[in-house]
Amino acid sequence: MTDIASPTVRISARPASATRDIGIKRRYAAERRFRAYGIGAISLGLFFLALLLWTVVSNGYTAFQQTTITLPIEFTEKVIDPKGERATDGKVLMTANYPLLVREALIKQLGIDASKRPQVKQATDMVSASSRTLLRDIVVADPSVIGKTIPVTLLAEANVDSAFKGQIDLNVEESKRKVKDQQVTWMNELASAGVLKKSFNTGIFTFGASSRPEAAGVGVAALGSLFMMLIVLVLSLPIGVAASIYLEEFAPKNRLTDLIEVNINNLAAVPSIVYGLLGLAVFINFAGMPRSAAVVGGLVLTLMTLPTIIIATRAALKAVPPSIRSAALGLGASKMQTIFHHVLPLAMPGILTGTIIGLAHALGETAPLLLIGMVAFVVDYPGSPMEPSTALPVQIYMWANEAERAFVERTSGAIIILLIFLVVMNLGAILLRRRFERRW
Amino acid sequence: MKALKLTVAALVASAAFAGVAAARDQVQVAGSSTVLPYAKIVAETFGETFPDFKTPVVESGGSSAGLKEFCKGVGPDTIDVANSSRKIKDSEVEACKAAGVTEIQEIKIGYDGIVFATDAGNADLALKPEDLYKGLAAEIVVDGKLVANPYKKWSEVNSALPDADIAAFIPGEKHGTREVFEEKILAAGCKNAGAVDVIKAAVADEKQQHSKCVAVRKDGLAVDIDGDYTETLARIAANKNGIGVFGLSFYENNADKLKVATVNGIVPSTETIASGEYPVSRPLYFYVKKAHLGVIPGLKEYVEFFLDDQMIGPESPLAEYGLVAAPDAEREEVRKAFAAGNML
Repeated sequence: MTDIASPTVRISARPASATRDIGIKRRYAAERRFRAYGIGAISLGLFFLALLLWTVVSNGYTAFQQTTITLPIEFTEKVIDPKGERATDGKVLMTANYPLLVREALIKQLGIDASKRPQVKQATDMVSASSRTLLRDIVVADPSVIGKTIPVTLLAEANVDSAFKGQIDLNVEESKRKVKDQQVTWMNELASAGVLKKSFNTGIFTFGASSRPEAAGVGVAALGSLFMMLIVLVLSLPIGVAASIYLEEFAPKNRLTDLIEVNINNLAAVPSIVYGLLGLAVFINFAGMPRSAAVVGGLVLTLMTLPTIIIATRAALKAVPPSIRSAALGLGASKMQTIFHHVLPLAMPGILTGTIIGLAHALGETAPLLLIGMVAFVVDYPGSPMEPSTALPVQIYMWANEAERAFVERTSGAIIILLIFLVVMNLGAILLRRRFERRW
Repeated sequence: MKALKLTVAALVASAAFAGVAAARDQVQVAGSSTVLPYAKIVAETFGETFPDFKTPVVESGGSSAGLKEFCKGVGPDTIDVANSSRKIKDSEVEACKAAGVTEIQEIKIGYDGIVFATDAGNADLALKPEDLYKGLAAEIVVDGKLVANPYKKWSEVNSALPDADIAAFIPGEKHGTREVFEEKILAAGCKNAGAVDVIKAAVADEKQQHSKCVAVRKDGLAVDIDGDYTETLARIAANKNGIGVFGLSFYENNADKLKVATVNGIVPSTETIASGEYPVSRPLYFYVKKAHLGVIPGLKEYVEFFLDDQMIGPESPLAEYGLVAAPDAEREEVRKAFAAGNML
């Protein structure tokens, strides 16, 4: 290769007609290298994305199936209402010994000797303790079932569920696992009889938090997240857009507005836990709002999202060509009309994209919620944003810390649900942009 | 313009409903992550058994954070119960008093065992406090002198131990478990190994003597775990030689992945812990604001339900999960003390 370090010297040394070395090879090589770097960076990113998705999906897809046991339950009056008081005393049906019904059905199904208590206990341990509320709800909803025998689909206990899905190594010593040999035998027996089977787990979407994995779901968390997202949207979009329009179009450019701009950019980078501290001090301690409530979470996340939305909106407004403004003003529109009739519609796709990215960010946030009491075990559905609830990422965090094996798949299952939410939101952002985008 | 009007209306509306501070109709609990699983079981069963009351909300976050919230004051905007894996400190009682929380009822719910475990593939391990002290302390006594811990392998500490690199995953300093580990293992080991006398000769101040005994080596062989036991489990899965510190209930839920070590020859179990044979255990507590009893619906019932034998007795769901039930007489005493309204 020729020396290319001093091309200028060579140019002067050679006549112009000869092929000049303008470094074409070198420049092509640089381009090829740059492309290779780019492809390398993207492949590395894709590799880690694939790895993440693979671990989450391979761990979590089983969470969308739940082992159930369908038993003919005999709603004996002797057990539910031994004294025949249900017409006068409404509490009888609420507090009846429903687990006994399950026990008797199991004894009959498995053909166990009812006097052998340890065996009976092992059998009843195979069915979720949440059966009590399930049967109670059936009876309370329709007391006429008392005295009849109805097949009821009960949830299998989490360890049986895990064993049936093959997540518990049954070769380990019996004393070291939560599922006993006898239970495994019964499990296989019930499975071949078609009584015990896997079905789609609707519970993971609808149930609230529970200490029993089989009865735990993200319902309360999803509703809490929804409340918070609505509050964030309703508050941060108008405030953010109004602030950006004023700053971008009306405010004079002076030191004060420069300071404000620096501050907004700074706030966008403040760690989210700081907003949690602020929320605790202002909304709970000072304004006296309830702890663990979605309204406080929504307000905190609003503060956190505002800078993102303001920055995105200002960038979108800036990107509208000045000729649009000049033309509108030239035709006699007022400044207000120019902005609201011409500039804002053109900036809309950018604003919406920024807002949705801000919302998606807020949806995945847990740190600020810790301090305002939303990292909590909440069983009951919140009726309003004022009542205690939790959030999707919080539910993932709490499940990740659980000791039971069955929560491992549920953690990944909840991550899948959260990812689907995020993908839907981001797809929405892309579609909106495509729909409204205008080129000039 | 219409859109603008709508957004303004929405703003006003949301500000209006945000301003209403509603009276609370369910119990709020916060505190220790060790007590959390037990409190969750009780809260859930309470909600099912008492349909008139809402299920209590249980926050996690640690004993200290819970007690801090607890001591914020009295009223429906403060929590009712603080779970704690240690006794409340005098400084915390003072802070409570300063904020007007003068009437605190202390309730002991049972005991929690702390176990040492390795990966299930390892050989059986028999530990003694003095071995753990020698292996994990920052400074130990060699030939009558205090020197930086020279040991790299367990077999160097005690030839009966396996020929494996020292790697221990112990609870970080913010955990209540750390204190138990320091008191029951390091301080006891320090004494058993005869290091106390040397330390006494070297340091005059009694507090410093103690902190010399319980100081953990910082050369990377003993790793502080600030997260939960799931993190310790993951660390052990990655490092088969590692010894981790777990709660008994966590170990029992993962017994197929872990091998538990004996301490002083005793296998940890609810029986050996209840009898006091197994040395590393601690009481678990929760604290109730007396001023909230009868004000917050369900609080009194929740506490009574928690203390019932069907929850914390020897054959209760909590015992099944891994709580070591207190002796019968002690449980009866706790119930009586609560009914009598005894305060700290």
